[in-house]
Amino acid sequence: MVPVSYYFALSAILFALGAMGVLIRRNAIIVFMSVELMLNAANLLFVAFARSFESLSGQIYVFFVIAVAAAEVAIGLAIIVAIFKSRQSIDIDEMSSLKG
Amino acid sequence: MEAFNLVPLIVIFPVMGLLLNLAFGRRIGERGAALIGIAAVSGAFVVSVLQALWLAAHHEAVIVPIADWISIGNLSIPWAFRVDTLSVTMMLVVSGVGTLIHIYAAGYMHFDVRYKEDPGSFARFFIYLNLFIAAMMILISGDSYLMLFVGWEGVGLCSFLLIGFWYQRNPDGTKGLLNSQAAKKAFVANRVGDFGFLLAMFILFWATGTLSFDGVFEHAEELAPGIILGVTLLMLLGVTGKSAQLPLYVWLPDAMAGPTPVSALIHAATMVTAGVYLVARSAPIFSALPAAQVTVATVGALTAFFAATIAVGQYDIKKVLAYSTISQLGFMVAAVGMGAYVAGMFHLVTHAFFKALLFLGSGSVILALERAHHPLGSHHDEKGKHKEKKHEHFDPQDMREMGGLRKQIPLTYRVYLIGALALAGIPPLAGFFSKDEILTDALHANVIVYGLLTAAAFLTAFYMGRQILLVFFGGPRSHAAEKAVESPSTMTIPLIVLAGLSILGGLLNFPGIHPLTHWLEHTLGHELAHATEFNIAVALFSTLLAVGAIYLAWTIYGRQPLKANEPDPLSNTLGRAFVGMENKWWVDELYVALIINPYKRIAAVLADVIDWQFWHDWVHDSLLAGGFRRLAHFLAEPFDLGVIDGIANGLARLAKGLARGFSFGQTGFVRNYALVTFFGVVLMLGYLVFSS
Amino acid sequence: MTLDLVLFFALAAVAVGAALGMLFSRNAVYSALFLILNFATIAVFFLLLGAPFIAMAQVTVYAGAIMVLFLFVIMLLGAEQTQGRHRGGWQRPLAGLLTIALIVESVYLIFVRSDLVILIQPAASDYGSPQALGELLFTDFLLPFEVTSVLLLAAMVGVIVLTKEDKKKQS
Repeated sequence: MVPVSYYFALSAILFALGAMGVLIRRNAIIVFMSVELMLNAANLLFVAFARSFESLSGQIYVFFVIAVAAAEVAIGLAIIVAIFKSRQSIDIDEMSSLKG
Repeated sequence: MEAFNLVPLIVIFPVMGLLLNLAFGRRIGERGAALIGIAAVSGAFVVSVLQALWLAAHHEAVIVPIADWISIGNLSIPWAFRVDTLSVTMMLVVSGVGTLIHIYAAGYMHFDVRYKEDPGSFARFFIYLNLFIAAMMILISGDSYLMLFVGWEGVGLCSFLLIGFWYQRNPDGTKGLLNSQAAKKAFVANRVGDFGFLLAMFILFWATGTLSFDGVFEHAEELAPGIILGVTLLMLLGVTGKSAQLPLYVWLPDAMAGPTPVSALIHAATMVTAGVYLVARSAPIFSALPAAQVTVATVGALTAFFAATIAVGQYDIKKVLAYSTISQLGFMVAAVGMGAYVAGMFHLVTHAFFKALLFLGSGSVILALERAHHPLGSHHDEKGKHKEKKHEHFDPQDMREMGGLRKQIPLTYRVYLIGALALAGIPPLAGFFSKDEILTDALHANVIVYGLLTAAAFLTAFYMGRQILLVFFGGPRSHAAEKAVESPSTMTIPLIVLAGLSILGGLLNFPGIHPLTHWLEHTLGHELAHATEFNIAVALFSTLLAVGAIYLAWTIYGRQPLKANEPDPLSNTLGRAFVGMENKWWVDELYVALIINPYKRIAAVLADVIDWQFWHDWVHDSLLAGGFRRLAHFLAEPFDLGVIDGIANGLARLAKGLARGFSFGQTGFVRNYALVTFFGVVLMLGYLVFSS
Repeated sequence: MTLDLVLFFALAAVAVGAALGMLFSRNAVYSALFLILNFATIAVFFLLLGAPFIAMAQVTVYAGAIMVLFLFVIMLLGAEQTQGRHRGGWQRPLAGLLTIALIVESVYLIFVRSDLVILIQPAASDYGSPQALGELLFTDFLLPFEVTSVLLLAAMVGVIVLTKEDKKKQS
């Protein structure tokens, strides 16, 4: 049997990679996909913990995360489309109007 | 339905009347406004008659509670009406005479508002009159001293409002503020009396724990003599204010500044008798202490005599009547002071009849002269001429401008004669019986009082004879007196009715049967309401005196009628004494010198030295303002600019610098922010790794 | 080295490889496809961990619906590649450094410092079955479940509002 800590480690690695994607990519859509990757890493952790504690609550939680993620993706992509319409670009480095 | 349940209507009717006139009085015209006012008072009169009829069958006093008024702890004062023979007697007088005077006023004010060039005030007059009736009804029907006091103050207010009715004029009709000052004088003089009455109430409440009449009288005999003395003397102060006795009478002559119906209603027939009513109502308290009674009787007798001497020297037709009123009130106060409550009330009623008659008659005379002086018809056509005429000084109230009026205004002359004879005490008119009863009581009680009152009665007959002779006999002494016009029927009908009452009023307490005594017995009790036996000697003596006085007046004024611009023949005979009478014994001047000027000086000292120099200049300017200025200067220059501003500016500079530094981090790139966040996460995990 | 472990490492390698592929693909379409691969491997992990329902949801919702949406948007916008100069060159190496630091730290924490070295025991026969999950969802978690529907509705309305053509601007 696989020790559950292996799953934790895998989850951590995937999460770190997702975070790196957010940091190094300029394409807003890929940044967004990296966020999805991080969410999945967290889901994996939930399910692993649910398995190790023999409890279904973790899985229920994942179910809700998927539902929320679906909503989030819809909204996020709509925002990206709206930004693209106004700026003809989805390079997030172009969007720096918050500069102090 | 028992009649006494209707008793609140005696207040509600006048209040309704005044509210209606307040709302619609200007729109419904003079006729409507007058009708509403008259209807309100006559409604109250009808209710009063019903009370009297009911009481004639049942005799017992009834208390009609309306509502809780004050209820604090043990103190409980309800709004309650008291229906007994004493209060109903007053109700009948107030509403009956009031109704007649309202009718008269409808005619009189029609002219008066036009001469005063303010026709819009007609409804206002009836509002005030109805308000007065309402307040007077509260005064006489209340079941506690506090309710009586409410009415007491209410009539005082109405008196003020009506004396100052033409508040922008002088009594002789010119523009000025003398009327307002007369109103103010009345109010202030009354205030002194009210203060006495208030203190009396406080003492009563402190001593007995209640203010209702029955409650107080129950305890009357247990009270210490000192308390009774205090209460009665303070009440006497109230009486001297409201009923114009020495030393507070000075407001009443000036109160003649009000329109003549007001003088008749308030300052002769009803309001000024409130003091007499108060003493009669408080009979159990006054009777408990002879010393108090003597004081009251002495004050009354002195006033009666003193005011009568002044009345002899007056030229103003209304001033004569005003001092006569003071004198007659002195009779009443002396009577109730001696314990002759019935005699006092009897004289109150008859005096209400003939003094109202005399005042209304004088109003008719004044109006007759005024109308002759500048007829209303010419008022609009020849306005310029009319104004020109006004400049030549003419006082329609000055008896020296009259004379021979009996031919021009015969009806007024006849009723006036009846009133004067009744006042002089000529049998069988009303004044004879009531005055005689007082004199008989006085003879039994106190010889000095009797002497003073008899002298006053002699003077009364004399000055009334003088007035009749000056006004109605001889030849006209002015242009206006030649052309005097008789008044309209709205004015003469009340005069005729009052004349009839002045003739028949004596029947109220006719010697031998004494209906009023038995009537008031139910309220005052047998001991206090004793029937005075008719003393033929006293009656004969006073009648002889009166006739003699009138004859004396005829010898002085009748044989050789006064010519125009001729001095009063009495001034030669009496010399300096007449000057004193003419100048009202300089009482007003005395008051000015003794009270008003010192008061003004104290006020000036307080204002200049205490307030201005000490308080304003020194405390405010030097101490407070100067100190404050120095403190402010210190706070402003070194402290505010140096320390506070330094801190504030330093903080601002610091914040600015920090902001400039931090704004380098605000690149606006999302990924930079995310990197920093990520760095934080790494640091936190690093802490977990290296900790423990 | 049991078969389980072999399978695990093989799948883990695929997952990490797919993630790296997503990160470093120049073309966004490739990135999306790599992510789908990643999601699929994670779905297999779910299956191994006794969560068949979640695994199916992962495949249909994530790998299916959501990623299709991504692809659709990428192609709609024609944003396969970003143009323009890359700014802030110092950020890339720093990000990589931090990522490595994070991985090292978490692995250290998981394997050295924690006592979470639990072997997965064979679970009960109905563990993770859709029926058990459904029962739990409609009893204990009924309220959050219903609220989720409101959330999805709000998202739908929000999307419509965000992407709606502004009529006033056009006219």
